[in-house]
Amino acid sequence: MQALDILLTASFWVAAIRIASPLIFATMGELICERAGVLNLGIEGVMTVGAFAGWFTVYSGGDLWTGVAVAAVSGALFGLLHALLTVPLGLSQHVVGIGITLLATSLTYFTYRLVLPEVTSPPKIEPFAPLPIPGLSQIPILGEALFSQTPLTYLAFASVAVVAWVLYRTPLGLAMRAAGENPSAVEAQGISVSGIRIGAVMAGSALMAVGGAFLTMSAFNSFFFEMINGRGWICIALVVFGSWRPGKALIGAILFAAFDAYQVRLQQLTGGVVPYQIFLMMPYVLSILALVLVARRATYPRALMIPYQKGER
Amino acid sequence: MRLEPKPAQSLAATLLYPVGAIVVTLGFAALLVLAAGADPLSVFTLVARGAAGSQFALLETLTRATPLIFTGLAVAVAFRAKLWNIGAEAQLYIGGVATVVLGTGLLPWPSWLLLPIIAVAAMLAGALLLLGPALLKTRLGVDEVVTTLLLNFIVLLFVSMLLEGVLKDPTGLGWPQSRKVIEAAQLPRIIQGKRLHYGFVLAIVSAVAVWIIMKKTALGYEMRAVGHNPEAARFAGIPVNRVLMKTALLSGGLAALAGFSEVAGLKGNLTLDLSPGYGYSGIVVAMLAMLNPLGVVAAAIFVAGIFVGADAMSRSAGVPSYIADVMVATALLTMVVAILLSRFRVRWR
Amino acid sequence: MNILFGHYVADEGTVEAFGKRLPPGDPGAALKAGIGMVHQHFTLADNMTVLENIALGTQSLWRPRLDRAEARERLVRLADDFGLTIQPDAFVSALTVGERQRVEILKALYRQARVLILDEPTAVLTPAEAEALFRTLKLLVGQGLSIIFISHKLNEVMAVSDRVIVLRGGKIAGERRTAETTRADLAALMVGQEPTLPPIVEVPFGGRVLVLEEVSTGGKSSGAPLDRASLTLKDGEILGLAGVSGNGQAALAALLSGSEPATAGAITLAGEQRAPWSTLEALDLGIGRIPEDRHAVGTIGDMTVAENLILESYRSARFCSRGFLDWDAARKFAEEIIAEYDVKCPSPDARIRLLSGGNMQKLILGRALDPEPRIIVANQPTRGLDVGAVAYVHGRLIEARDRGAAVLLISEDLEEIMALSDRIAVISKGRISSVTKRGQRSMQQLGELMAGHGLEAAA
Repeated sequence: MQALDILLTASFWVAAIRIASPLIFATMGELICERAGVLNLGIEGVMTVGAFAGWFTVYSGGDLWTGVAVAAVSGALFGLLHALLTVPLGLSQHVVGIGITLLATSLTYFTYRLVLPEVTSPPKIEPFAPLPIPGLSQIPILGEALFSQTPLTYLAFASVAVVAWVLYRTPLGLAMRAAGENPSAVEAQGISVSGIRIGAVMAGSALMAVGGAFLTMSAFNSFFFEMINGRGWICIALVVFGSWRPGKALIGAILFAAFDAYQVRLQQLTGGVVPYQIFLMMPYVLSILALVLVARRATYPRALMIPYQKGER
Repeated sequence: MRLEPKPAQSLAATLLYPVGAIVVTLGFAALLVLAAGADPLSVFTLVARGAAGSQFALLETLTRATPLIFTGLAVAVAFRAKLWNIGAEAQLYIGGVATVVLGTGLLPWPSWLLLPIIAVAAMLAGALLLLGPALLKTRLGVDEVVTTLLLNFIVLLFVSMLLEGVLKDPTGLGWPQSRKVIEAAQLPRIIQGKRLHYGFVLAIVSAVAVWIIMKKTALGYEMRAVGHNPEAARFAGIPVNRVLMKTALLSGGLAALAGFSEVAGLKGNLTLDLSPGYGYSGIVVAMLAMLNPLGVVAAAIFVAGIFVGADAMSRSAGVPSYIADVMVATALLTMVVAILLSRFRVRWR
Repeated sequence: MNILFGHYVADEGTVEAFGKRLPPGDPGAALKAGIGMVHQHFTLADNMTVLENIALGTQSLWRPRLDRAEARERLVRLADDFGLTIQPDAFVSALTVGERQRVEILKALYRQARVLILDEPTAVLTPAEAEALFRTLKLLVGQGLSIIFISHKLNEVMAVSDRVIVLRGGKIAGERRTAETTRADLAALMVGQEPTLPPIVEVPFGGRVLVLEEVSTGGKSSGAPLDRASLTLKDGEILGLAGVSGNGQAALAALLSGSEPATAGAITLAGEQRAPWSTLEALDLGIGRIPEDRHAVGTIGDMTVAENLILESYRSARFCSRGFLDWDAARKFAEEIIAEYDVKCPSPDARIRLLSGGNMQKLILGRALDPEPRIIVANQPTRGLDVGAVAYVHGRLIEARDRGAAVLLISEDLEEIMALSDRIAVISKGRISSVTKRGQRSMQQLGELMAGHGLEAAA
């Protein structure tokens, strides 16, 4: 019974939403890229860059929101590099994505060691403080979970709304969805496929980087190596699980985070009978299961991973 | 901007592009060195000396190249068939697990019998590990990139669990490490008293074997056909899924040999830092070699040299050794561009 | 036309529209200048609605909101004006080919095109749908639009145009007023000289080599699946199978090639009833295959000519022993094929991607015909080839027929079918009509069958 009682505590759901926040950012970022036809495997590295850039800006005296902006811009720059290689040059999105992840990660570590050569324990910053919304945060459990979070969490939810609005309600979103489905439709209407795709990858990478920044600026308060720990790859699974739709992907991310928060509590509850590694494996196992679950009915954007050359049909 | 196929070129012209890629990589690294407040030329000299400046350095580089040859081969084989195995890291660890399971006294056999059996078992373990994602890909269409990546995390946690559980060394003072392999399960050193071991020879032999498979056999031909155009391959009667399975087995097995060779040849036991990312570096090695198995040997030695050299350099020059990782990742990206430019002509407008 | 519309850039020369020079390589500028284009392969996104496809690119990308109401109103008005009924909120994936073409035309009209370019617009239409299209086009011309109608089908050109320009090898071969010219005249301009059709020698048909009875397939291939289709193929004949694209040709070719199983029905090969075969069995049974898409399916662009040529035979003792391939034998074989099939290519080691379509097709022919197959399944074997290559392919098929092979010629080009076949059948919605000797059915009767009329009655 104890195991189920957890689900009824507010602290559990507060934690779940907090764990979901970086995933929401990064999942939306990946979703934009893939909707426009580009698989962005740079996600893991770009999140690392974002985590470091945001943290470092604040550490060196910057304002928290400046940190978020710096993270977004650095992410967009790596997105630009990814896009230049995969869109006009049409290089393998698999290889380039892995390459961007390796490059972004190693550059981050290099820079970290360069600016902090001597530290042994990573320095902390003053992170975003929770900002309870008056009234709403008083609602038991649900209100507490959703409305007593940090501003970055609210931003994460806002990003879902913005992505959904752009994709389905604006001319730009129309062009993006078409670019991922049949790029020749975009070109035939006088819009540059490359432009759309490059823009999507940059914007998506910026979101991923903010997702990384959430970890240092709203969760752990400091930067340490390998802190992304596969979250990027999990987000790629979440995009598939959410059938490339922002709303579904959001639900997927929250579900996933709830499982994650749950396993931590279950781990405490079982008190070492089950090796803790089993619990730590759960997120990754769950991601694979999610992929398997939706595999049969997954309808990939038809032009995903297919480079487009002008005049080609 | 358009890309147009280019006719085949002379060897010299083909080699021009990879050389260009390396020059660009060095240029970028030089900028980072400048940012670190050091002199690029002297830093590069230190790296080169640290990698190949003495017998010790050279042997160290070859030792470090050994696992990279295996993972590089694993990736080269898989990528040829466009099976995106990013899980060489996990396969390496599973190979290590197999080695300590069989090599710490379970099989009290002489070396000549034990070592081959352990090697084969390790290969089987790695092969089976990759078979899962390969089956998910062919049966259900689940992208193997994500599954192999996620498996890296799962397997590492699995190994951690073993090392704190059934495989834990009781005399290890509580450290998560396995017992040492028995003497019969150790790969001998090539030169007495030095670290370079026969795993390196095994790596070279594997490279030649893989080269023969890719170039001379029907299987290699099938793998290339499937990689370049699976639809045409299927139309011609090549059993695409079966070829992908064989590729997965071969690739996973090769990566697992890296774990076998590191445990049986160098470390003696299994720890959680058996590999500082050899699985991922293997991707770079394979791409630098343009997926050519013999090229993998050269590329692995090159990459290992950068790592070993950078370690030595960072001790004396104060530039973080992560510059090696940056250079290796940059080399990967510049190399894929170089390969593209050697095959296609870019026409502006 | 791709230059005109800005997909490609001309090496030399300029394009001028309504007195203004168009910047090269910019479809947007062409659209602005009033040039609209209906591509042979539709440029529609299946995951979006008709309205969304048409609105795409017509409103500034930076508008915070897509104005659907205005777009819908304009579209509905436009559709009414031209009698092009369309459902604005239907997803494109749910539309028929004819409806998709209508969307393409509306897309151009929506952007106020004054010049409309149609590239082979009837290739995917039934004769009746084509008739409807012609009526629409006349209506548009009546409203003051100029239309460029690109087609290789002479009767259509004669039916729909006011003026004809014949292109041959990238040059203008001639220009005529339609009223003042004849089919034969245009044909001569197209070919350059009198078309030299291979003489068709009447040979007595042999026995029935392949009989399909009420065969259905499961829809693995693109287009319609086979629906209780029956067909008899005889030794020493070319059986032409006419039909509009997507009506089950792909499924039939896949079935015979061994890449798609049948879900029902009986197949008799050389007098023996048997289960559907795999690709390898197809090759062993002596079925030569010429696939529809030579780039995507017929060849592997990044492999060499020699490697491509042994794709279907590399397992044989000639090239392979104990799992090892004999590259010398492969290269020698490639040299033979190159010589025998008159392929222009630098060496057996050249990547096949670098070859022209015609040379690629000759290599595929060589690969398929060299083992002297008993049955040849040729799916659109001349699509997109120049006149010389077409004649070459036809010659080779006739040659194979003359040595006794049974040739199944699947083509969307009715004229090709009429010219080459000994007997003719029609496929529509996965059903196959009865087979008649050439000349027994008129073009019009075949057209009716292609539209599906009379096939249900037969069933």
